Amino acid sequence: MALLTCKDLTLRYETLTVMEHLSFTVEKGDYLCIVGENGSGKSTLMKCLLGLKSADGGTLTLGDGLKRSEIGYLPQQSEIQRDFPASVEEVVLSGCLNSRALHPFYTKAEKQRALEQMECLKITALRKRCYRELSGGQQQRVLLARALCATKKLLLLDEPVTGLDPVVTTELYGILEHIHKEHGITIIMVTHDVECAVRHAKKILHIGKGESFFGTCEAYMQSEVGQKFLDASGHFEGGKFCHTHHTPQKGDGEHE
Amino acid sequence: MNDLSAILTPEYLAVVLLPALIAGVAVSLCSSLLGVSMVLKRCSMIGDGLSHVGYGTLCIAVAMGWAPIQVTIPVVIVAAYILLRLSESRKSRGDTAIAMFSTSALALGILVSSKANLTTDVSHYMFGSILAMTHGDVILSVVLSVCVLLVYLLFYDKIFAVTFDENFAQATGLNVRFYNLLIAVLTAVTVVLGMMMMGALLISSLMIFPAVTAMRICRSFKRVVVTSVIISVTCFLVGLFLSLWLDTAVGASVILTNLAAFALASLISMLTRRRKPQTADVPKE
Ligand SMILES: Nc1ncnc2c1ncn2[C@@H]1O[C@H](COP(=O)(O)OP(=O)(O)O)[C@@H](O)[C@H]1O
Ligand SMILES: [Mg+2]
Repeated sequence: MALLTCKDLTLRYETLTVMEHLSFTVEKGDYLCIVGENGSGKSTLMKCLLGLKSADGGTLTLGDGLKRSEIGYLPQQSEIQRDFPASVEEVVLSGCLNSRALHPFYTKAEKQRALEQMECLKITALRKRCYRELSGGQQQRVLLARALCATKKLLLLDEPVTGLDPVVTTELYGILEHIHKEHGITIIMVTHDVECAVRHAKKILHIGKGESFFGTCEAYMQSEVGQKFLDASGHFEGGKFCHTHHTPQKGDGEHE
Repeated sequence: MNDLSAILTPEYLAVVLLPALIAGVAVSLCSSLLGVSMVLKRCSMIGDGLSHVGYGTLCIAVAMGWAPIQVTIPVVIVAAYILLRLSESRKSRGDTAIAMFSTSALALGILVSSKANLTTDVSHYMFGSILAMTHGDVILSVVLSVCVLLVYLLFYDKIFAVTFDENFAQATGLNVRFYNLLIAVLTAVTVVLGMMMMGALLISSLMIFPAVTAMRICRSFKRVVVTSVIISVTCFLVGLFLSLWLDTAVGASVILTNLAAFALASLISMLTRRRKPQTADVPKE
């Protein structure tokens, strides 16, 4: 059975219908990218997958023995408190909370797990530093380490590279590739960078007004929706890469 | 200015000052702990709302001749639950709903007490009366404070998670509603105890001040919590001493001491920030 099955999913905010009759499945070992324009409801769908928002129609089922408490999540950056005084260690450790029921304090094993994840993301040196004083790329790694503490199975990411410079972006994709391949973690990622989506993902879910698509990358590049969207983003012509310049948005080295 | 040696007779010390001191320290401790969550979760208006409801209930309790603390605490806990729900539903209109609800409760309390002609009796809760607490009140305050403290420590990690990133905590399976409610209940108990001692008008700022001060100079959650506890207790002791010495209101003196501590912390953080941030010396991987 699939890890996640969405059938005829409808999501609404009071009067606004964000999406209707969306169906797709996520298998174990998938790398799914959710693409679509701003405001097309990617984050909303993410909230639904996480159980933060209930479906207004249709069903979402977890399968393959996946429990709610086994999902890791990297939120969209705007949702995190930027001025919060917390050390990197505290933030990463908080990802371990879901695995214990009534134990009041962190166990040795949990601390070890947090340490391993920090090691894996090469942020061990930042351990005692204050989260709010880190650069954008470093903050993303911290949040990724926290998400990895929370899961061994499924990782959900909402626009993890927005606001990062190209070098850091490539690095982050590399890290994700590594956790996907080596640790066998299923990845669902929201992005509006289609170029990277088709380069890294196995499957694409495109959501948009009226037109939506779910299938493999290859099929997406052949599809009408995919071609239109890829053309519009200027990175592709006829399904082939063309060399466009990626403009850096917010420098990674910047500090407030 | 008072001649302290004349006031501080052994008998006064033992009967009035010592109990007040113990209760005050215990409540300062709790209020600073919960103040941190209140500031970081950006819900200081809940604290303010609770103190309004608390004062209103206190007025009614006194008018009816009921035991003030014992009646007020359960009512304020229920109010905390209601305020939490109000702030959850439709984020934008949350504060307005809280203000309307809590002021109505306050108005009702004032109405009842003015009908019962008790205005002089309840007005000292407006500004607090730490030195006029009965021994029963002192013991109850200390016991409740210890309970708040224990629960806080026991759930410290979860309180951090819920405060830092509620969505993540909920998405990964933590019962966020329960912990929010827990924080609200602890806040409610603290507000009532603090109100009896420091006054309904001042308690919510008394809770927030040490946390804000600590956030100026600390860079981890744990340090913020510990520092704000130290600041809160120190400012309480200094403020109490000043109020005896200068013959001023206790709550107001403690607030002004807190203000001084805040100014000092701001100065320190300004001076240390003048130095280059030490981000450069970490090797970039
Ligand atoms: N909490 C909310 N209440 C009401 N409408 C919302 C809320 N969050 C998002 N929306 C609306 O839902 C639509 C989809 O938003 P979102 O899922 O954030 O899009 P995306 O992440 O794809 O950019 C937008 O039109 C947005 O204005
Ligand atoms: Mg979004």
